[in-house]
Amino acid sequence: MPAKTLTHLQRLEAESIHIMREVVAQADKPVMLYSVGKDSAVMLHLAKKAFYPSPPPFPLLHVDTTWKFQDMYKLRDKAAAEAGMELLVYQNPEAKERGINPFDHGALHTDMWKTEGLKQALDLYGFDAAFGGARRDEEKSRAKERVFSFRSANHRWDPKSQRPELWRLYNARKAKGESMRVFPISNWTELDIWQYIHLEGIEIVPLYFSAPRPTVVRDGLTLMVDDERFPLREGEVPVMRSIRFRTLGCYPLTGAVESEAKTLPEVIQEMLLTTTSERQGRAIDHDQAASMEKKKQEGYF
Amino acid sequence: MTDPIYKTDALIAENIDAYLETHQHKTMLRFITCGSVDDGKSTLIGRLLYDSKMIFEDQLAALEADSKRVGTQGQEIDFALLVDGLAAEREQGITIDVAYRFFATEKRKFIVADTPGHEQYTRNMVTGASTADLAVILIDARKGVLTQTRRHSYLVNLLGIRHIVLAVNKMDLVDYDQATYDRIVADYRAFATSIGIKDFTAIPISGFKGDNITASSENTPWYSGPSLLPYLEAVEVNITADQEQPFRMPVQWVNRPNLDFRGFSGMIASGTVKPGDAVRVLPSGKTSTIARVVAFGGDKDEAVAGESVTLTLADEIDCSRGQVIVASKAPLEVADQFEASVVWMDEHEMVAGRAYWLKIGAQMVSAKVAQPKYEVDVNTQEHLAAKTLDLNSIGVATITTDREIPFAPYAESRDLGGFILIDKITNHTVAAGIIHFSLRRASNIHWQATDIGRDHHAAMKHQKPAVVWLTGLSGSGKSTIGNALEKKLARMNRHTFLLDGDNVRHGLNKDLGFTEADRVENVRRVGEVARLMTDAGLIVVTAFISPFRSERDMVRGMMEPGEFIEVFVDTPLSVAEERDVKGLYAKARSGQLKNFTGIDSPYEAPDNAEIRIDTTAMTADEAADKIIERLIP
Repeated sequence: MPAKTLTHLQRLEAESIHIMREVVAQADKPVMLYSVGKDSAVMLHLAKKAFYPSPPPFPLLHVDTTWKFQDMYKLRDKAAAEAGMELLVYQNPEAKERGINPFDHGALHTDMWKTEGLKQALDLYGFDAAFGGARRDEEKSRAKERVFSFRSANHRWDPKSQRPELWRLYNARKAKGESMRVFPISNWTELDIWQYIHLEGIEIVPLYFSAPRPTVVRDGLTLMVDDERFPLREGEVPVMRSIRFRTLGCYPLTGAVESEAKTLPEVIQEMLLTTTSERQGRAIDHDQAASMEKKKQEGYF
Repeated sequence: MTDPIYKTDALIAENIDAYLETHQHKTMLRFITCGSVDDGKSTLIGRLLYDSKMIFEDQLAALEADSKRVGTQGQEIDFALLVDGLAAEREQGITIDVAYRFFATEKRKFIVADTPGHEQYTRNMVTGASTADLAVILIDARKGVLTQTRRHSYLVNLLGIRHIVLAVNKMDLVDYDQATYDRIVADYRAFATSIGIKDFTAIPISGFKGDNITASSENTPWYSGPSLLPYLEAVEVNITADQEQPFRMPVQWVNRPNLDFRGFSGMIASGTVKPGDAVRVLPSGKTSTIARVVAFGGDKDEAVAGESVTLTLADEIDCSRGQVIVASKAPLEVADQFEASVVWMDEHEMVAGRAYWLKIGAQMVSAKVAQPKYEVDVNTQEHLAAKTLDLNSIGVATITTDREIPFAPYAESRDLGGFILIDKITNHTVAAGIIHFSLRRASNIHWQATDIGRDHHAAMKHQKPAVVWLTGLSGSGKSTIGNALEKKLARMNRHTFLLDGDNVRHGLNKDLGFTEADRVENVRRVGEVARLMTDAGLIVVTAFISPFRSERDMVRGMMEPGEFIEVFVDTPLSVAEERDVKGLYAKARSGQLKNFTGIDSPYEAPDNAEIRIDTTAMTADEAADKIIERLIP
């Protein structure tokens, strides 16, 4: 019988599915963090494949900041329903009460809504394993992140207590109160993600494709005026620009790129020809050189 | 110097659909780079990322700024800064963990495990090597083959990596001298052959200047072999070889959406599978045939090694997580005792005899590690005596699991022969292990059920079978006591048999010497014989030095609970030596006899022997009576 050579995407897919099944077999109460971005879309698709014909045996959790793009909320609810999965949406009540927002509170916004919100949600539901869509190629400190990232009872990540991962053997044992963050698409690159979305026909948020959208340019970032909460500065007038997003987060923190790429192949083409890295559109990384490592130690995903 | 083909691909701009079509068929190569800070490892990886356009302008700008601030290359770009991730290591200037890097060319996607080269990071290198198809071993052309080169090569070979590239780096600093290169390659070949590395590919490079990285360098006209990146793109790693082996799939998860569907999910470790294939579930041994290869989007006709699948079987048979579905005509071996290489990875040293969790495939069992047979000096590959293994040390030891597990020797299968040990209290992954072979093969053969069982044999003799295991130094009085005991039992109409150390070595064990390994095998065989004799209903008396606790425990584990009576014949060395009935101590003292217990080979006194005989305070007859009190209450 002639041997069948697996492509890199087939090998990556098989590895991710293997990781997800290991978690489900070993964790008491797993959950999948779902941020509605392209990485989440791939992760959800892989989960459907991993457990078919069962629906994925865990809920989706969206740690919401209330500041996501409207298109993201729409796809979120639709994708969860189609997968036959329960969708949990968590908003940090304290952040809500204090009206924390990205315009007035800067870094505090991310800390309160995302970092604190995530910890609160995990504690509230008692999840002991949370799937996340982080990739090792995103950022330097992520290159050393384990697939099974061990967190102390107060959600801290200690680089020294991470466990070696050999072969395909993942040690998911933990004491009461401790938890794991698991990154099944660790070994995928941005290009792998796009190619897989293309190949599998996975639905993604339309914001990844170019369209005329109302924008303002502020502090070097092209921001989209997604709703009426956007406080325009004096003299600022939203301008229609043909833009798209390479990465999605809170709309006031996510920079767009001017683009004419309206189809997936065009998006991939643009990505391959572009000369700036994916995370440049995120305001969060520019704080300081090792900022991601610091945030991770504090419990940011 | 840099071949533009890796910088941009004209096809991307001209015809993206055609580009995507070709790139969907790329294969993947995982490799590890081995070398120390000074060998220019980080620089090489940075160079590969740079030349394959995995570095974007914003990263490059940051890199240029960083190079000027903390770089070690003056005003030039310090590629090493690209890959030295964590803030702590930037300050120390060394990489302290395993980092994974990604780049792709038009032929392949690459995953690079970047690990530190220092001896204290052996565990990190072993981790990185465990998933690699290929290893790039870096040598500084100015320094040649060093201790660390030998260490890296030993580890790469231990972890079963078949493809090795010897990258002789920093050729620019030796004026691209061919004689220097040839000498290093010859040195390495001699060493590699001595540790069992069959083949490697040597390439003269400069990571800093870019020579022979993506294209042949004009600076080395005497070198006609491939450049590094083209070689990595073309090397046949034989990923498909796994498909030619018999089918094996560890079951990860049982998929049970409703009462009508029961699927077994896992990643195929080797072979291929299709509906209608006859399979066996191990360790239970139940057989069935494959009904469906279930997949999202429609059943498959066939699946191959490396794919994650869900299988259904034609029959309702028991099968759960940890069991292995295999081709029924080529089942796996099933055993509960193994010889394995163990790499210790924890700050707390190994405790021989302590129960750890052992994870292999999808199975987790309780396991004990015996005191190492030897430790391997990773620098010289010498075998050293060791009582334990501490962080970053590697040894060979006997592993005993609390139940039988299906496995394959690591040389045949990484998935079914590689394991980790987990501390039951801290939950840390404390060790990685590689199974060489099973030490007890009985379970590989199906038991022949017999109508006359061991209870029947014992009942006919009106006695309860037992093994009286006499252990102690040479000349301590074991045989004398054993003989006295057998005589007394015979007078009581008990059916006995005395297995004596010297006598057994004349026949059954005449092929064994007195090295530690041979002593272990000697005791194991005697244990098996004693076990058969208890099945026959006999009271077995054995007289063997049996110096190692682990082997005595091993024999204890072979017997039915309560049938093993360990008798410590406690005679001080000075007394035994003074008696010297056989004149052996004199020979050992004069160096004519090697590995003599008590002189140049250790005796581990029992901690919890059922009976202790102090021969300085008791005669052989009195000792025999004391044993009978216990044996026949």
